[in-house]
Amino acid sequence: MGRVVLVTGTSRDVGRRFARAAAADPSIDRVIGVDVVPPRGDIGDVSFVRADIRNPVIAKVIARENVDTVVHMSVIATPAGSGGRTAMKELNVIGSMQLLAACQRAPGVKHMVVKSSTGVYGASNRDPAMFTEDMGAKKLPRSGYAQDVTEVEGYVRGFARRRPDVRVTMLRCANVIGAHVVSPMTSYFRMPVVPMVLGFDPRLQFLHEDDLYDVLLHATTHDVEGTFNVAGDGVLMLTQAVRRLGKVGLPLPALALGRVESMLRSARLADFSPEQRNLLTYGRGVDTTRMREVLGFTPRYTTAEAFADFCRSLGRGDRAPLATTGGSRA
Amino acid sequence: MPEAEIIPLGTGGRPGRGTGRAKPSSAARNLAGKPAPAPKRSRAASPAAGSDPSKDPSNDPSRAAGAGTQAHAGAAGRSEPRSPFTTEEREPTGGIPVGEWLGAIEAGAREVFGDHWERRLAELLAFVRKRLDGDYPVDDFGFDPQLTEHLLLAVLRPIAEKWFRIEVRGVENIPTDGGALVVSNHSGTIPVDGLMTMFSVHEQTGRFLRPLGADLVFRLPLVASIARRAGATLACQADAERMLTSGELVGVWPEGFKGIGKPFSERYKLQRFGRGGFVSAALRTGVPIVPLSVVGAEEIYPIVGNLSTLARLLNLPYLPVTPFFPLLGPLGLVPLPSKWLMEFGEPIRTDAYDEAEAEDPMLVFDLTDQVRETIQQTLFSLLRDRGSAFPR
Repeated sequence: MGRVVLVTGTSRDVGRRFARAAAADPSIDRVIGVDVVPPRGDIGDVSFVRADIRNPVIAKVIARENVDTVVHMSVIATPAGSGGRTAMKELNVIGSMQLLAACQRAPGVKHMVVKSSTGVYGASNRDPAMFTEDMGAKKLPRSGYAQDVTEVEGYVRGFARRRPDVRVTMLRCANVIGAHVVSPMTSYFRMPVVPMVLGFDPRLQFLHEDDLYDVLLHATTHDVEGTFNVAGDGVLMLTQAVRRLGKVGLPLPALALGRVESMLRSARLADFSPEQRNLLTYGRGVDTTRMREVLGFTPRYTTAEAFADFCRSLGRGDRAPLATTGGSRA
Repeated sequence: MPEAEIIPLGTGGRPGRGTGRAKPSSAARNLAGKPAPAPKRSRAASPAAGSDPSKDPSNDPSRAAGAGTQAHAGAAGRSEPRSPFTTEEREPTGGIPVGEWLGAIEAGAREVFGDHWERRLAELLAFVRKRLDGDYPVDDFGFDPQLTEHLLLAVLRPIAEKWFRIEVRGVENIPTDGGALVVSNHSGTIPVDGLMTMFSVHEQTGRFLRPLGADLVFRLPLVASIARRAGATLACQADAERMLTSGELVGVWPEGFKGIGKPFSERYKLQRFGRGGFVSAALRTGVPIVPLSVVGAEEIYPIVGNLSTLARLLNLPYLPVTPFFPLLGPLGLVPLPSKWLMEFGEPIRTDAYDEAEAEDPMLVFDLTDQVRETIQQTLFSLLRDRGSAFPR
């Protein structure tokens, strides 16, 4: 049928890999990658357009290339990688607004897939064990990535209201984990000693990076509308995760942890934000019934398997750190 | 017989603090006199060398040492070749042979693990190893059945059986499978009654009771992590229904803080039963409601006062003053050994109503009152049966 897919955020590893996977899909004609900086790796058949989604140039790209599907995945979670929190916020929120404004003007756009995060649910002691898609955060996130994602979701909902002819799919993905993922969560687990909040053992859910590419592709090629939680089956307690990683957990009182975090941040070792700390205190679980039954997607990895694969990529279990990651790249 | 060599430390073999003076201090002479008994044992060896060096102050210490060696050399051919300066003297007198150590360990293991101690010990080590590797299952709520069964409930056993002497009635009213909602009165300042109910249910039926807790439980460090592992989750509609539909036995204490933190003077008077949320959860999922009355928990920490200002400061619902707490400090945290009775009442079936009726507030109120009244009446009859709270 000849679809033209525009993928934002292709300079980063996850975006680039997804764009390549999409380009390899037979039902997709062309894949156009967009980002401010050129991708660092091989992008295969993807045609890259260097454009900033924060300015109206993006509208011209959409019109000229006859884009009918937009996959928006450039909401980033790492302030250090994008030049600080202010730049990150601008990129996330203003960029999304510009992109949506351009899409609203483009009559050719028929599908919109947005990669969101389960971070929109926040994490608190008053949370239900499992969030379903119609629940909201108990405390609206006031800062950081979670706030950005919440705002972006709001703009996407507004867009869906104004353009009812466009099919909008929002994927709230659990923490993506894998050998190539750079996120606050993976850098947290890459630390030699893992600081934890004393007296709390949060439940965590992970999504394997391969499953992320699969679900994005699935949402791009299948005409299913709505918001979906996407996560591997089951949960893993933080202590369990740290033990499986073969690392040492360092339980610190919540107050002392703040100090350690700011130290780590200034040392660029790890990126701790208040919402990350809340997650590591109270944990979070999401219900994925709708993902299975409505979206029709089943992740290949459970939470535990995704984490085991991540452990292998760090060279735990078997002492072949890079040999195994090569296999998972396929 | 090999002889230990004398390695002089510091003073060149002279007694004293190493000043090198020919004449040692009296303290030093006393020190040198210590080995006196040794020559006594080899009295027959040589009277010259055997003469006590400490008795002769002019005796050069180096000569004394030499004499000792001489004595030894002389005695070597005879029966008891011991000199005052050989370290052989300091050998431990007896010591426990290795074999006996092993025997004692084995006997201890048998005492702890029973006759199949080797297998049991291997199992225990495998268990510990799996725990350390993080290789154990947890469900979506963070419930860790292994830890709960092998550790938490095992710790509660002596408290339940020996300290509170819990007597359970009406066990046949707990459904053996499928979802059910156990509704209980709440008392005792800290939720010991919840723990005891969990233990008793598991003891009697082998099922795990999954308690619904207040949000405070999930805010307190340590308590939060233990609660999740023991199978608790937040008392909210979504979680209650999720657990009930997956066929769990769920425990709920609808009085909440009003019940558990009430003063001793109001003991065994049921407080308001929340807003009936538990009834609508049961109605929506069609599971039976099992009323549970617990007698005995009221007496474990009788609340006589409340440090409300401090409680507000700490963001707690109440901070109790009992006759022994905070007066006796940590000792005041030992619960009083009251006698406990637990009675599970006849299940109230809700599957006759359809799901839409869960939205009917009148029905919900009626059922709530029915459950509350059943528990209150059972409490009174149990109290009559028990008599004194602290029987001999």
